[in-house]
This record gives sequence, C-alpha cells and structure tokens, in this order.
Amino acid sequence: MDFIVVQFLNGVASASSLFLVASGLTVIFGVTRVVNFAHGSFYMLGAYMAYTLTSQLPRGSLGFWGGVIGAALVIGLVGALLEFVLLRRLYRAPELFQLLATFGVVLVVQDLTLWTWGPEDLLASRPLSLRGAVDVMGRSVPVYDLVLIAVGPVVLAALHLLFHKTRWGTLVRAATQDREMVEALGVEQSRLFTAVFFLGSLLAGLGGALQLPREAASLNMDLAQITEAFVVVVVGGMGSILGAYLAALLIAILQAFGIAIFPKITLVLMFLVMAVVLAVRPYGLLGRPQAVARVGGSSLAVALRPAGSWSKTAAAVVVAVLALSPLVLGDYSMTVLTEVTILALFAASLHFLMGPGGVVSFGHAAYFGVGSYAVAMAIKYSGLPMLVAVVGSPVAAGMLGVAVGWFCVRLSGVYLAMLTLAVAQIVWSTAIQWDGLTGGDNGLLGIWPDDWARGRWVFYLVILTISAGGILLLRRAIFAPFGYALRAARDAPLRAEASGINPGIVQWAAFVLSSALAGVAGGLFALAKGGVFPTYVAIGRSIDALLMVLLGGVATVTGPLVGTAVFVALQDELSRFTNVWRFILGCVIILMVLAFPEGVVGFAARWRRDPDA
Amino acid sequence: MLEVEGLAKSFGGVRAVQGVTFSVAAGEIVALIGPNGAGKSTCFNMLNGQLRPDSGRIVISGRNSTGLPPRKVARLAVGRTFQVAQTYGSMTVRENVQMALIAHRREFFGLWRRASDLHVEEAMALLDRVGMAEQADRSCGVLAYGDAKRVELAVALAGGPKLLLMDEPTAGMAPAERTALMALAASLARAQGIAILFTEHDMDVVFTHAERVLVLDRGRIIAQGTPETVRADPAVRAVYLGSTAPVGASHAGS
Ligand SMILES: Nc1ncnc2c1ncn2[C@@H]1O[C@H](COP(=O)(O)OP(=O)(O)O)[C@@H](O)[C@H]1O
Ligand SMILES: [Mg+2]
Repeated sequence: MDFIVVQFLNGVASASSLFLVASGLTVIFGVTRVVNFAHGSFYMLGAYMAYTLTSQLPRGSLGFWGGVIGAALVIGLVGALLEFVLLRRLYRAPELFQLLATFGVVLVVQDLTLWTWGPEDLLASRPLSLRGAVDVMGRSVPVYDLVLIAVGPVVLAALHLLFHKTRWGTLVRAATQDREMVEALGVEQSRLFTAVFFLGSLLAGLGGALQLPREAASLNMDLAQITEAFVVVVVGGMGSILGAYLAALLIAILQAFGIAIFPKITLVLMFLVMAVVLAVRPYGLLGRPQAVARVGGSSLAVALRPAGSWSKTAAAVVVAVLALSPLVLGDYSMTVLTEVTILALFAASLHFLMGPGGVVSFGHAAYFGVGSYAVAMAIKYSGLPMLVAVVGSPVAAGMLGVAVGWFCVRLSGVYLAMLTLAVAQIVWSTAIQWDGLTGGDNGLLGIWPDDWARGRWVFYLVILTISAGGILLLRRAIFAPFGYALRAARDAPLRAEASGINPGIVQWAAFVLSSALAGVAGGLFALAKGGVFPTYVAIGRSIDALLMVLLGGVATVTGPLVGTAVFVALQDELSRFTNVWRFILGCVIILMVLAFPEGVVGFAARWRRDPDA
Repeated sequence: MLEVEGLAKSFGGVRAVQGVTFSVAAGEIVALIGPNGAGKSTCFNMLNGQLRPDSGRIVISGRNSTGLPPRKVARLAVGRTFQVAQTYGSMTVRENVQMALIAHRREFFGLWRRASDLHVEEAMALLDRVGMAEQADRSCGVLAYGDAKRVELAVALAGGPKLLLMDEPTAGMAPAERTALMALAASLARAQGIAILFTEHDMDVVFTHAERVLVLDRGRIIAQGTPETVRADPAVRAVYLGSTAPVGASHAGS
C-alpha cells in the first residue's frame, strides 16, 4: 500500500513539469496551428536560465522562486521574439515547413546553449526550506515533490481563469475553435499570436526551471522533452489544456509504476499508451477532429512529368560516373559517397510516401533501423551470406510497415506525424533495452560484407546497384498506375472512391512499399558502417530524412536525391571544419525555408517554368 | 434502374432526409429540386454510399446497395459528379480520365508500366465527347471552373455508368455555360441509354432537360411528375415563391 501511494505521488509530481511544457505547446498549436519543435528548447533554456539566476540571486526561498519566475519570463520573451522574427513569416507556409524551420531553431539553440553554459550538466541546489522530506506511510517523500504536485493544478486553474474570465482569454479560445475568425482579426491577429507564443514559451520555461532541482540541466533535455510533450498533447487532444493535464497524469503515473516494477518498459510505455489512445480515439482524450495537414500546399498541384530522353541520359551518366568513382576518389570521399548513395534511397522512400502519398512519416528511421538490425542479426547470429541477409531487411521493415500503416491511414495531420514518431521511439528504445539481442547502446559490431565484396570497388558497385535499383523502382511506381492512384487518393479522395479506388488500401500499400525500401537502405547502411547502433533509429535520423526530402522539394521527383546530396555535404563539410555545425546547419535550414518554401529543386523548376524536374 | 424506399438520415437533431421514396427508370433523366437545405446533397451522398442511411433501402440495377461504400457502389455502374468539382489537380486532363479508366479496370496496383501510356485513345475519345480534347495536356489544377466540370463529366463517364448522379452540375458556372453543360450531359446520356439523376437550382435547366421532376422540401418529397405538373403544383409554388406565380417564371433558389 505504502509503495503504491509513494509511487503515485512521485508520478503526480513528475506530471506537473510535463503538463507545463505540454500546455504551452497545446496553446500555441491551438491558436497558431504551428507545431513548434523548438518548444523543447525553451524547456531546456528555462532550466539553464534558472540555474544562472538562482546562483546569482541571494540564497533562500525568495532567491529560488525569483530565479524560477525570472527564468520563465525571460523564456517567454525569447518565444515572443522567435514568433516576431521568424514564425510569422511562415503562417501561410505548409505545416511541414514550419516544423522544419522550428527544427532549425532547435539546432541553433543547442549550439548557443553549449557556448553559453558549456558541456557540463548543471544541477542547482534547492533552498533549505525545500530540501527536507515528509514521512508518508513510513516512506519519505521530498518536500519539493509536494510543491510540484501542487503546481500542476494551480497552473491548470490559473490557465482556466485566464481563458474563461478575461477578454484576451476569450479571444484565444475563439481563435482556437474558429480558424476563420482568426483570419478576420487582421492586425489584432499578429499581436494575438505573439502573445500566445509568449505565454506558451513562458510555460515551457517554467517547466524547465521547476524541474532543475530534480534533474540537472543538460544539452539533450530539449529533444527528450519535446517528444514527451508531443505525446502528452496528442494523447490529451491537440488544443485541450485539461486534456494535457489528464494525459500528463496518466503518463507520469504509469511511468512511475513502470520504473518501479519493470524498468525495461519505461521508454516504450509512454508510446504504447499513445498508440492505444490514438487507435481508440484518433483525436486524443479531449480533442476534436482537425483539418488535414497541408503537406505541400498548392505547390503539390503541379503536374509531374516522367523523365524525358534528355533527363534519362543525364541519369545514366550520373550512375556511370558514380560506378567509376572508386577508381579516382580517396577512401574518405568513398565513405561519404557510399553514405550519400544509401541515404538517397532512404530519402526517396520517404518522399514516395510524403509526396505522391501525402502521408508524412515523422519516424521513418524506424524502418531504416529495423532493416539495419535485421541484416546485422542475420549476419551475426545466423552467419547468412550478405545478399541473403539484405533480402531480410525489406521483409522485416515491411512487416513493421504493415502494422503501423494500418493505423496511419486512419489518422491525419499532426496525429499521424506523432504516431509515426512514437513507433520510431518504440523501436529505438527496444534497440537500447533488449541488449541481449541488439547489443544495447553498444550496438552490434563486425557486420562486414562477404569476402567477395570486400574490395572497395565491388562493394560500392553492390551498394550502387541496390540503391539505384530501389530508386528506379520508386520512380517507376510514381508514374505507374499505383503512383497515380496514390496521388488520386491525395488530390481528391472523394473522386478516387467514386471511381472504385479504396484510398486507404492504396495508402497502406504505399506505406509498406516505402518502409520496405527504407529497410533496404538501413540494411546497406549496416554493411557500409560495419555495425548497427541505436542512433540509426534515433529521432535525429528521422528528421535527417525529412530534411533531405524537404530541402529537395516534396513536389518533385528528383528533389529527394539532390536534397540528400546537399544535406550530407552540408553536414559533413560543416562538422569537419567547424565545431558549430549545428548552429550553421540550423541557420541554413531556416534561411532555406524562408527563401524556398518549395525546396531547392521545386524552386529551380518553377524558376525555369518547367514542371519536368 | 434505381429504386429508393423510405430513405432517412438525421444529423444530431436535424432530420435532413425523411422517408424518401422514388425510382428512376433506365435511361430516364430525372431532376431532384428543392430549396437550399432541403436534403438533396444528403440524398445523393446516401445513394453514392458516402453516407450510411439511418433507415430505408437503395436498390441499384436489382442489387441492394444500402450501406455499401462509394467504391462498391461505383462497381454497380454508378458515376458521380460533385457539387464542387473533384479532379486530380496534380494530373493533366487526360491523366484524370486515364486514372478513371485504370480504376474501372482495377489495374491500379501496377508498379512498372507508365500510367500515361494506358488507354490513351479511349481517354481522348471521352475528352472529345465533352469538348476537352484540345486541353488534354493541361494540368487539371489550372483549369477554368467550367472546364473542370467537363473533365469531371468525362471521368464519370469513363466507368461506363448506367446511372449518373450529378449534384448541382452547373453550380458556379456562367448562365450560358450551364445550359451547354447540361445539354451535353443529356445528349450523351440519351445516346448511350444512361439514366441521370441531377439536382439543380436553375429552373430553365431543369425544365429543359428533365423528363421527370422530384421536389424535396425539408427532407420530404412533396411533389413529383412531369415538369408541367410540378410547375403547376400549388405546394411547389408555395415552397418556392410563397406565391401562386408559376415556378420557373423567375429563377428560384440561389
Ligand atoms: N454533415 C452534416 N452534419 C450536420 N448537418 C448536416 C450535414 N450535412 C447536411 N446537414 C444538414 O442537413 C440538411 C440538408 O442539407 P443538404 O443535404 O446539404 O441540402 P441541399 O443539398 O438540399 O442544400 C441541412 O439542414 C443541413 O444543414
Ligand atoms: Mg447541396
């Protein structure tokens, strides 16, 4: 009994900080419809800022609370500034580009934080008055936990009053419920949006500041927190604050018991909860249906044309040059080229789903990772020949795609993005926690090609043949009846249905094809790197794939290939010559989104007024 | 061809359609008219399978289609055009028709052959019939609205329908274009023995082309018969004008 009570209190205490961050995210989304990846960065900044302020201010309760509130206010201002400088230029851009831009902000903030506060984890000391513990049923519970337990409902009540008893709050609620009203606001709108960003970011900063005495401020808080906050928001229902609190409680309490009873399950647990909730209630506990995400906006309504004879010749020349490149390139360049070749297939597989399919996968690394682990395990544990092992990768990844795709074609917009992200996180934590099979954090090493393929030219030819074959298959599929049916289901689902097409089945099949080919890319990657690691499934890799596709342009067919080359070149060159590559990459992403919301190839195609891109 | 019996549908408290019974014979051109909100689109959406009726029965060509999804209804040789034209904006005009032909033949899982090489002649013949052959290679996303409606007609015909459901086929078009489009649809249908059920606000269009008229008001059929009998019906006049002037003397509805 005492165990249950103590774990319960522990869970409720953790729920508060999670709720603060999630409520900020949900308020911002509700009004502006921006899914703000940088929200996790504000949480992290809140913790760092609180560290600085509390260590400058005099010790004691006053200094502590002053520091916490000061940090929250500063972060609120930073959020308002971000809205004012960047995001307001993107409200008309497709949802995905907003996401991409906020991800650029995440990268920039990571390096700025590193410069300002250094790489060490920073732990603040609690003021004396909050240090003790209280005896609850024979076990001690920290006083600070009790304070946190109170904070959640207090903030919930304050937000309720703000939204129901003030004119401004009424405006916010109206804006959340009625998009057209927001458009009609005109000048008021931009002030409202800035204010909403201030409030939302303040809540994230407060969450980070309050978490500081429990958990050291560290540089990887941002992505960890944003993932959890997304799950909470999605489980609670986008735009619903009460929903966010209930979801935070549900998840934090389950986590608390999970850690105590079966520690291995904790990373997965939250995502399992989310998958179950979304399967039963596709709009979350208290959410309402939302409009479908505008994947590429109007830029998708461009007719795609198959390659003309000129383009075909050009493609053949590129492949021939690539095939001969091992004769002239050095080892380092070959490593990079191999990587680009494999990632191009990965990006093409995501593009197939996102572009023609209009289905955005935020966790495409799941299929890449499953493919790579399938190959690694087949070679390591069964000693299968390389090519046989590689055949296993699309099978394994495709089977995951069958399961996930079934859910995905029933969801849309942000919910779809979050479910795919959740699946990737489940695969990632499985890779880390099932160490008997996957080698855990250390991964599986010594996954080398068969003897006949060890020579660098032969090996590259194998990689090139399989990757180019996969890309060719996807290209053919785009211009074949299947790709047309997929675009039909995206462009006008009612018409597709009325013509005898089942849009759900077509999208599901596309999901499976795309995940299978992502799996092939993962399998090749394992061979090229000589091993597999959980980072292959990490959220960063899913984002990389999105960046490659979006940099090149969703509405074009060659786009993802160019995007891959640009992306790998940027990342690689930058990390070789500077230690602030995240900062630069983030700035480049932001500038690119501002300058070419249709992607590089999309922009070039429009510039030439030639849809044959 | 089409028999509807006791069809009903409510949205929350709103009884959009209640106890609607009628039939359409093979090759017959029938108009379903009524003021805004009368339940016409709701009827169409039930006939085509987009909405599941609360009660009632729909029989198409002798097969009970009640509750079937739109793609299964389409397989019973039912074509449909929408109140707001639904075309594939990322495809050319010809590809829109080709897609319909591919769908009709269930070839849409093909991964290798080019879709734009399939059924070219058939697609061009259909486009020729609706007068869109010259624009075959334009992107459907950039068409004038009236042209998109013509493409939609060609697409609906591609499935070889025996029954064509047209919800406000001329909405949003200029008056001259309206008459032309409906005349085109009617002549194509007569030539091939296709039955048409259409809704329309423009009474000139209705009385020129319909062989029979059904009048819907607040979810119920209040009159039906030849254009002449319906035009003279006092209940219809009351609904349309609140007066005794003959319907069609001015353009009713909106
Ligand atoms: N999806 C829906 N949800 C709620 N009410 C609806 C819905 N569709 C139609 N209605 C209501 O049903 C009635 C009939 O609408 P509709 O069939 O569109 O009429 P019409 O096409 O004749 O103008 C109207 O009162 C309308 O408000
Ligand atoms: Mg209507």
